[in-house]
Amino acid sequence: MKKSSLGSNREWLDANRKEIVQIERRFFLKGAFSMGALALLSGCDLTNNEITQRILNGVSRLNDDMQAKLFDPSRLAQEYPDSMVTKPFPFNAYYDRSKVPAVDAASYQLELLGLIREKKPWTLKELAALPQTSQVTRHICVEGWSAIGKWGGVRFSDFLQRVGADTRAKFIGFKCADDYYTSIDMATALHPQTLLALTFADKTLPAEYGFPLRLRVPTKLGFKNPKHITAIYVTNVYPGGYWEDQGYNWFSGC
Amino acid sequence: MSHTIKSKSVYTHPLLVRLLHWTNALAILVMVLSGWRIYNASPLFDFSFPRWLTLGGWLAGALQWHFAMMWLLIINNSVYLAYGVVTGHFRKKFFPVSKSQLRTDLKQALTCKLRHMPGAYNALQRSLYISAVFLIIVLVVSGLSTWKPVQLHGLAWFLGDYEGARLVHFFAMALLMFFVAIHVAMALLVPKTLLSMFTGKVVTVATTPPLQLTYVEIPSTEAGDAL
Repeated sequence: MKKSSLGSNREWLDANRKEIVQIERRFFLKGAFSMGALALLSGCDLTNNEITQRILNGVSRLNDDMQAKLFDPSRLAQEYPDSMVTKPFPFNAYYDRSKVPAVDAASYQLELLGLIREKKPWTLKELAALPQTSQVTRHICVEGWSAIGKWGGVRFSDFLQRVGADTRAKFIGFKCADDYYTSIDMATALHPQTLLALTFADKTLPAEYGFPLRLRVPTKLGFKNPKHITAIYVTNVYPGGYWEDQGYNWFSGC
Repeated sequence: MSHTIKSKSVYTHPLLVRLLHWTNALAILVMVLSGWRIYNASPLFDFSFPRWLTLGGWLAGALQWHFAMMWLLIINNSVYLAYGVVTGHFRKKFFPVSKSQLRTDLKQALTCKLRHMPGAYNALQRSLYISAVFLIIVLVVSGLSTWKPVQLHGLAWFLGDYEGARLVHFFAMALLMFFVAIHVAMALLVPKTLLSMFTGKVVTVATTPPLQLTYVEIPSTEAGDAL
């Protein structure tokens, strides 16, 4: 052992200065690099950055495809007993409860547009005369909360068949009396639990839950369940949606 | 010979583990900061996370970050788990964890007497790292259940339906953050361990066997700490 060189701390430090400086330099550089990455991430500035936003939008579209592949057309959302219905069921919209549209039942007509053979508009009476079904399912909001509700109405796939919709088309779009709009994929539209809902908790759909007609899709998040529907259109051109156009994921399946 | 002493390197982390570690650090950071913004949209409890501590600007932005970074998190941890199992990395580094050793190590840690051995984990470290790996698995599983409670119904059912999975996701996050707090604090307290997660080794000076301590003057701990 080189005993003589270890005479004191100072001597030891001097002897190894080069090595210590090298280690410190490497540490500083790598530390600085990771601190920079951290600073970059901690603000919301990055989301405002155009390139980052484009990447995030791209991944969101990839996630649309992933979800479409994951979607099993025969897998049913869990149904619950009536006793588990959430009371009171929450109201949610992009506006306040006081702004809920008042749709006149007598003059109401459901318009059909796009790739549909029989475009004759439907009245509420005609819709109510179709075979009805009901479900108690969980409504999940993109915000995170969920609530169990009971919806009744016409199975959407039956309705689409009846009016001669082109079920090979990609999208179904919805226009609403409150200027809301959204769209879903054909596979989800044909899912057995997707309903054109006319009732909530066995009563006529209340205004705040979408009178006179809403779409009930238990395999999608709440904002994909449009209320106050006035027109339905079948198309191959991506229709987007009120929230979707602002950055919310389009498929938004459950 | 110009070199007066020889420093010895103890190899601690293979390059792949270091890459996976820092990728994971980035993924977890983004998942947590965006997750807190998502939590704020509909808080489970009577508190919200401060806005400045969140990522995404608003709910849609936070969701985009969360559902983009989840792929990196899943891929990165899958590679890590496969590596850990196949190469025996977990078996060699994390196991066994003896209960009595854990008790002793915990007592020593709380009285600041626990020594750090480069290249080998003490029982406390072992149990913490096993917990972290487990918590990340729980986070991914509960996250997927919250995301797809219908398509992945089996998973969601196991965790107590959608709302159960959501709670599990929150508490697994809280526990993982507890781990991160300890982990980061320890790394800063013993900087050579932080350094070794970059370089893959810990450079030690005291290579002399204990017997020779009687006639070799060892640099004081102050000098040692400078490393």
